[in-house]
Amino acid sequence: MSSQPLFRTCPESGLQFHKPAEWLMRANAVAAVVLLMFGGLLAVGVTLTRWPAFHLLPADIFYQVLTLHGINMLIFWIIFFEIAVLYFCSSTLLRCRLATPKLAWAAFGLMIGGAVLNNITVLGGSSTVMMTSYVPMPAAPNFYLGLILFAVGALIGCFIFLGTLVIAKEEKTYEGSIPLVTFGALTACIIAVFTIASGAIILIPTWLWSLGYIAHIDAAMYRLVWWAFGHSSQQINVAAHVAVWYAIAAIVFGAKPLSEKVSRMAFLLYIAFLQLASAHHLLVDPGLSSEWKIFNTSYAMYLAVLASMVHGLTVPGSIEVAQRAKGLTKGLFEWLRKAPWGNPTFSGMFISLIGFGFIGGISGVVMGTEQINIIIHNTIYVPGHFHATVVLGTTLAFMSLTYFLIPVLFRRQLVFPVLAKWQPYLFGIGMAVFTLAMMGAGTLGVERRHWDMAFADSALGFDYPASAYTMMGIMGISGMAAIVGGAVFVLVTVLSVFFGKRVESESGYSLATSRLMRAEPGIEHAGGHAAAGKWGFAAPGTFVFALFFLAIFVAYYVVNWKYLASVWPLS
Amino acid sequence: MSSIQPPSEILWWKQPLDRVEGTWIGIALVWSLIMFIMMPLWHVYGKQNLSNEAYRTTPEAFQAKTQAMVDQYTVRTETDMQIPVVRPPPGSDVYLIARLWQWWPLLELEKDQTYRLHIASMDWQHGFSLQPVNINTQILPGYEMVITVTPDTSGDQTIICNEYCGIGHHNMVGKIYVTEEN
Repeated sequence: MSSQPLFRTCPESGLQFHKPAEWLMRANAVAAVVLLMFGGLLAVGVTLTRWPAFHLLPADIFYQVLTLHGINMLIFWIIFFEIAVLYFCSSTLLRCRLATPKLAWAAFGLMIGGAVLNNITVLGGSSTVMMTSYVPMPAAPNFYLGLILFAVGALIGCFIFLGTLVIAKEEKTYEGSIPLVTFGALTACIIAVFTIASGAIILIPTWLWSLGYIAHIDAAMYRLVWWAFGHSSQQINVAAHVAVWYAIAAIVFGAKPLSEKVSRMAFLLYIAFLQLASAHHLLVDPGLSSEWKIFNTSYAMYLAVLASMVHGLTVPGSIEVAQRAKGLTKGLFEWLRKAPWGNPTFSGMFISLIGFGFIGGISGVVMGTEQINIIIHNTIYVPGHFHATVVLGTTLAFMSLTYFLIPVLFRRQLVFPVLAKWQPYLFGIGMAVFTLAMMGAGTLGVERRHWDMAFADSALGFDYPASAYTMMGIMGISGMAAIVGGAVFVLVTVLSVFFGKRVESESGYSLATSRLMRAEPGIEHAGGHAAAGKWGFAAPGTFVFALFFLAIFVAYYVVNWKYLASVWPLS
Repeated sequence: MSSIQPPSEILWWKQPLDRVEGTWIGIALVWSLIMFIMMPLWHVYGKQNLSNEAYRTTPEAFQAKTQAMVDQYTVRTETDMQIPVVRPPPGSDVYLIARLWQWWPLLELEKDQTYRLHIASMDWQHGFSLQPVNINTQILPGYEMVITVTPDTSGDQTIICNEYCGIGHHNMVGKIYVTEEN
């Protein structure tokens, strides 16, 4: 392979693409978007059924559609896109040939095969078990087998990423240390390996159980190990989308981390502590001690939360410093006001950052508090939380990156640029209201994964307060707005990729040209780069913003303890 | 200068922290520690804690204990299905079965009295969700969970299943009636 490496350099971005890697990234990204489209269609069914005014689908179809929606969105769409991101962050960013492209195609084939097998099995009606497939509720063997095949493919993808890093180092395609964004992708990859190993440890025995080779799977043990897979897979997303935030800050603003050390330490904290969070799902389970719950749910003293709070400061902080260096130094927020809000790559990334932090982050920490979980566990608050992290955070960040990749990777111009400009706002704001409404309904006790909040067919019945119905109505309206936003994304990207005007690239494929050089040192203002800021702070606007975030965090945390204190005494 | 290039400094880990980062890390760390301390503190000073008392059980054993309680303390039956309403004495062990798709039996408790509530599933996983007071726990087959509970509001509470358990999941409803003391 190395004798004939084929590279092209994108004239606009200066990025260098290895031809096999380029096609693999395209294939993975296209598969991701197709599955996103399917998941989005399913979202219509879920939303219109849980919106009490419509209550669209019959119960059996609703539960089936919800199962499909969860798996396709939380696993298939995101992991396909993440494999593309891993190849991008290794081969493209490091100007290196991709390790074993043929094996990467085999991995892609396994992932496609697994996703199709799983979907067909659920569509057949034999495996309406939700994404979590909690034993002893049985699914068909092919349900588990599909997930296992998909996971094996993803694991191969992870090792190809690691192999590419080794080649890049060996062939000296870059100077010094790997870029921060690649470091973030490496974090995601390490978490992915842990995640997939956990998935194998639980799904392979469960598959054998469904075939009759194993007599019994303990329900508590299943939950413990399954969530090391299920929750950690969402932690891959966190690491990946934080890396994407840094990448977009660099692409749009030329932003450089405030300090490499701090940002990389924060990623290291993710590797060390983020996976403990599978405990979030087990806080009201029998069989685990409070000591175990407290240590694990807090990621050992909230060290992964600390890491996210650091990224939440350093990503916008790096943008602020880059903008101030360009002379946007007036007041605290000129740098933000004059940011390119019409560029969907930036606006989507920034809405993702705000939504993930303010809604997903705060709600996650609050509901993950051992005792507060008693008033939140399995209410619709939970999907409210993870739509804020995975959809508003990860999916929107990936959408933003896609707008950048269409000309650069696919060599096509965006069709409907005006639609693309508005898409992040429609999707982001719709999704933000949707998540807040779900959290509101969850606080009123509305359950998740439930067909009928009116209990019309139950002999005993129960009436939720009218406010709960109002919340679910708001959820329905905003959910449909977000779905339209998602449909606009699919429309723009699919039409652009297949029918968009070609971007003519002057250079064809040739041998690799240049090594990846170290970043230029920043422009030093007299008195250090803090001189462009205020109070000796390089990014004073971001700091004020961070304090505002903390104030909301503290207030919401306290409110939830007060709410808990009103509940019946338990011990 | 950019995050998608290698760091400009070879010895980037020797770069000093920016003041804004150092300050924020300090603040965030203090807040993290406060949140961590709050959980053990609530175990000492708060009133809403799960004891995490739990035992292994089997459907047969748990069914037998529940049936004994039902035989002794049933005060009436409700609905066409003649579901027993059980009024166990304050301070006693109370048994509640979760099964497809029923919480059994119905319970009648006295306000401000303490009960040891045992819950186990006979089949799949279920979610105990008491509304409107809003107490939620996970119920597993093979595990008998014990919650010591003191109802401090009177009126009807409904037990909803909030863990998906198949096609009848949304009809799985039970009741805890809380009466004023006699």
